[in-house]
Amino acid sequence: MKARTVDKIATGIIVTLALLIVAVLAGLLGYILFRGMSHISWDFLTSAPQKIRAGGGVGPQLFNSLFLLVLTLLITVPLGLGAGIYMAEYARPGRITGFIRLIVEVLSSFPSIVVGLFGLLLIVNIFGLGFSLVSGALALTVFNLPLMVRITEQAFRSVPAQQKEAGFALGLSKWKIVTTVLFPVALPAIITGTILSAGRVFGEAAALMFTAGMSSPRLNFSNWNPLSPSSPLNPFRPAETLAVHIWKINSEGLAPDAVQIAAGASAVLVITVLIFNLAARYVGRLIYRKLTASRRMN
Amino acid sequence: MLNNKIAQNHKSRIEKHHIEDFIGRSYMSFCVLLLIVAIISMVYFVMSKGISTFVVDKVSVSDFFFGTKWSPEGSNPSFGALPFIAGSFVTTLLAALIASPLSICAALFMTEIVPGWGKKLLQPVIELLSGIPSVVYGFVGLSVIVPFLRNVFPGQGIGVAAGSIVLSVMILPTITSVTVDALSALPQNLKESSFALGATRWQTIARVIIPTTLPAILTGVVLGMARAFGEALAVQMVIGNAPFIPKSLFESASTLTSVITLGMGNTTMGSPQNNSLWSMALVLMLMTFLFVFIVRLLEKRRAI
Repeated sequence: MKARTVDKIATGIIVTLALLIVAVLAGLLGYILFRGMSHISWDFLTSAPQKIRAGGGVGPQLFNSLFLLVLTLLITVPLGLGAGIYMAEYARPGRITGFIRLIVEVLSSFPSIVVGLFGLLLIVNIFGLGFSLVSGALALTVFNLPLMVRITEQAFRSVPAQQKEAGFALGLSKWKIVTTVLFPVALPAIITGTILSAGRVFGEAAALMFTAGMSSPRLNFSNWNPLSPSSPLNPFRPAETLAVHIWKINSEGLAPDAVQIAAGASAVLVITVLIFNLAARYVGRLIYRKLTASRRMN
Repeated sequence: MLNNKIAQNHKSRIEKHHIEDFIGRSYMSFCVLLLIVAIISMVYFVMSKGISTFVVDKVSVSDFFFGTKWSPEGSNPSFGALPFIAGSFVTTLLAALIASPLSICAALFMTEIVPGWGKKLLQPVIELLSGIPSVVYGFVGLSVIVPFLRNVFPGQGIGVAAGSIVLSVMILPTITSVTVDALSALPQNLKESSFALGATRWQTIARVIIPTTLPAILTGVVLGMARAFGEALAVQMVIGNAPFIPKSLFESASTLTSVITLGMGNTTMGSPQNNSLWSMALVLMLMTFLFVFIVRLLEKRRAI
């Protein structure tokens, strides 16, 4: 066969397969939104689930997911910033740095179910925190921290070296340079990465089944005392998240409309992740524009 | 002399920025230390629980790894985990076989064929695919792929085939993004000299681009396999969860992750059945180490 013909056929195959992926995503999103949207209503988003009867909602689960996300980010972001800045600015190339890098790599490729089991053993049983939001947040921290470290490190590394050198030339201490020169420039990338990782945390289920638990107590949304067991804000209560809920009703749901609820909940989950994705793009660009406009050299 | 004294004075005084520097440094060391503590305690706990099957419950290692009979309850329990290990390996390999060609084509499409709008079209697609939660993949697999397989092929639709298809979509983004990075890092003049010799685009791709970037592409494939091997819920929902080695792709089967997911909640801590689940978690962890090791080897090859 002529080389030109082969080239045409190969190009055709590559384009077809690439477009197939686009079609898969379009089909996937279309299916989830088409199946789920019809079931989403204000009532569905706010009411409590029903065990056996039809018509249950996902209100507490949605709240739990959001609350857990906030708790996780509160723990992960400061720790990830610290470790990431260390890796980018302070670590000297050598054995110890290589070892830390290996740790981050291994930790980020651990299966989330193993992280969940570790949480079950150490946090739930040995620390005695039980199935609770705190346990879930700590397990998610183990799961999310390596990503956060990597995001911070890359953001700091992508700052032009001249900025740092100019800071040194002015006689600033290293810490001052990190906090006042490098951090503002790295911030857009850090925020973008954090929002994207928030989407990942929001959809995580395997690490939460055995840490945050698979049940939710009856919540009283007018009780905002964080120490009361029926308060939604109590961090020591078990909390089934949206993702765990989808898994549970798919495998052991008894309600007659279990499939519709799963479809609706999946749509909510996917829409939230879409919002996170768009927000990451938009917020990152916005902050970048603001920072670069106000700090341009000339 | 006076000057010297002033200089000494200046040196010994602790200034505000020294304290700041010290606090910042201590905080960062604390964060890094926490990472190290996390991984060490994780390895320690999973290891100590995982080997208790063999040490405390006296299950022989070969029975666990090569035994095909899994009946942990009853008076004469047997803990053969081979069906699950085999299930994990088969689904992972099949998923990689399906996903790799697709991912490589997507990456070529984005970097070689239409670098302009190809990247603009596929980059968001890949990002969204990687953002969709695994339970949603499981749900779609259960309500689309399983019925489809049931109608087209013999059997119930659930099984290794359904699991591999779901997993392949989940690992597509991993392989694609690593491959795209490798392809865009390729020096431009390699391609140009190939074109200058009169090679067509396909000849350039097949004989120049792919061979040079092969270690990087394989890195992506291994990373994808690591993700597939550890994925729990999506697979568990579509694979059927029968504790046997499947004879066909359309027969119900199990993986290490699926049996852990289902069993952990229903067994008491410390019972032989529970311990054997921890041993499987240990296998998962060791496989993670292996995957990271392979990735490192491939990266070393890429560096030379």
